[in-house]
Amino acid sequence: MASVQHAEGDRRDFLFLATGAAAAVGGAAAIWPFISQLAPDAGTIAAGAPVEIDLASIPAGGQVKILWRGKPYFVRNRTEAEIKSAQDVDVKTLRDPQPDAVRVKEGHAKWLITAANCTHLGCVPLGNQGDYGGWFCPCHGSHFDTSGRIRKGPAPTNLPIPQYTFVSETRIRITGAPTTA
Amino acid sequence: MQGHSHYTPTSGIGKWMDSRLPVPRLVYDSFIAYPVPKNLNYFYTFGAILSFMLVSQIITGVVLAMHYTAHVDLAFNSVEKIMRDVNYGWMIRYLHSNGASMFFIAVYIHIFRGLYYGSYKAPREVLWILGVIIYLLMMATAFLGYVLPWGQMSLWGAVVITNLFSAIPLVGPTIVEFLWGGYSVDQPTLNRFFSLHYLLPFMIAGVVVLHVWALHVTGQNNPTGVEVKDVKKDTVPFTPYATIKDAVGLVFFLVFFMWFAFFQPNYLGHAVNYVPADPLVTPPHIVPEWYFLPFYAILRAITFDINLIIFTIPSKLGGVLAMFAAIAVLAFLPWLDTSKVKSSAYRPLHKQFFWAFVVVCVMLGWLGSKPAEYPYTVLSLIFTGLYFAYFLVVLPLLGLFETPRQLPASIADAVLGKNRGAAPVTAGAAAAPQTKG
Repeated sequence: MASVQHAEGDRRDFLFLATGAAAAVGGAAAIWPFISQLAPDAGTIAAGAPVEIDLASIPAGGQVKILWRGKPYFVRNRTEAEIKSAQDVDVKTLRDPQPDAVRVKEGHAKWLITAANCTHLGCVPLGNQGDYGGWFCPCHGSHFDTSGRIRKGPAPTNLPIPQYTFVSETRIRITGAPTTA
Repeated sequence: MQGHSHYTPTSGIGKWMDSRLPVPRLVYDSFIAYPVPKNLNYFYTFGAILSFMLVSQIITGVVLAMHYTAHVDLAFNSVEKIMRDVNYGWMIRYLHSNGASMFFIAVYIHIFRGLYYGSYKAPREVLWILGVIIYLLMMATAFLGYVLPWGQMSLWGAVVITNLFSAIPLVGPTIVEFLWGGYSVDQPTLNRFFSLHYLLPFMIAGVVVLHVWALHVTGQNNPTGVEVKDVKKDTVPFTPYATIKDAVGLVFFLVFFMWFAFFQPNYLGHAVNYVPADPLVTPPHIVPEWYFLPFYAILRAITFDINLIIFTIPSKLGGVLAMFAAIAVLAFLPWLDTSKVKSSAYRPLHKQFFWAFVVVCVMLGWLGSKPAEYPYTVLSLIFTGLYFAYFLVVLPLLGLFETPRQLPASIADAVLGKNRGAAPVTAGAAAAPQTKG
């Protein structure tokens, strides 16, 4: 180093700092593509565009599983008894308190649309089973009621509701993944 | 333990090489002249057996990769092609899939050997922690590899394990999406798992080099836990003594391995993994491979929210934390065990707790294979508590209350049956018969 000390720093100090800063920024910029490549690419995102489902073919008490974005969703046509049992629960006693009304669209109480992956570790629960007549997850023993709410077992939250709209009385359009997952 | 080198190259080429890149000297010092305690038993051959298994897995794995296709539509069929069409493909795949199980059998014996003889204690803490890192890498590699055949258990195992990360607060869902490269376990996931499954064994090999290096700095522990005091009296050279002993151990281990590979090749697997992956159907009972079962039981044991007054840990996060803690606690073992005495042969109480701990681990393994129902859920919780109690209660307290047996003055004394009196070495020592201590 120079024998004369400049309190405000000399040309070498400036070059040293500038080189260090360029290396740090450049290093970070070089790492970013290697992290970003892990994320879903444009093709994967495009393949996950909104999808429409025809409800007319699902009988009362019946349920279909559809695959969207590689994940299954339940579309269930609930019977009067199932709707009633879902509405009659004291919401305060639930692990994830949600009244049945917020889990369906107004005027379409018989249609329950939920993600079909258990909120514990993602298995597909079995329909019309378990202690509450909704779903039972065979992997780790979570019980869901006829509103898809967690009632017993390790799952932390209710089966999440995807974003969807009714395009007609018998047709829905799933537009987005559940926000409450 | 690592004294100065006694290697003297004799040939002209040897001398020329020794002054440029002394690889022969390194091999000579590490695997020929290297002194090992003369009282090592067959439990000490598992290091060599594990090295063999790593090489075996890499060789069979590289060959399998020549015939495998990492695509969701083709992976299952490419594995079937290996099994039916590729010359000796069935044998190479069975050696690889059963080899993974054998690798874990060997590593569990190796780890429990370390626990029994206190091999993790000073000055071998770094050696031990490197071993824990190798074990973690092995688990990651085995998990990634199990996904590749893209059978039902491959897919659903991947779904369950990747979803573990969604329990992390705030960033969990994003991390999972970055693991998947999409919205679910799918093509991008399979492809990157294949890439990483190929990478990790070489990382293991790298850490194994550090593990052996650390071993050769401190020297091996031994069944008495007494350090080498006199290299001449307490040790024998690695070659031929340890080399031949390792070879004998390896031969018996290979007989066991080959029996599985050729006579029970699917015994340790799951039949449902011969069903192609289907994201719409969950197998009735998702279980990991046997070597993960104890940790799976711990994961499932936490079925309730843990209320810590200030905040609450949800049951899902609780299970995940417990499972990772069960592995992480191993790394802290050198500081959790307060006893100065290493070997359980001289720790009457620890010997009993050790075997109780082995039973706890076996029980957790059994519980991990059971459905998530009463009474298994309650038993899982109890045995999870016992698992942690061994590390966090028994080992710290035992060192304070236990009265160890009298240690032999040296390894040589132990070998010559002089461990009881621990008398100073006398001239008569050489006359003592070679009885077991």
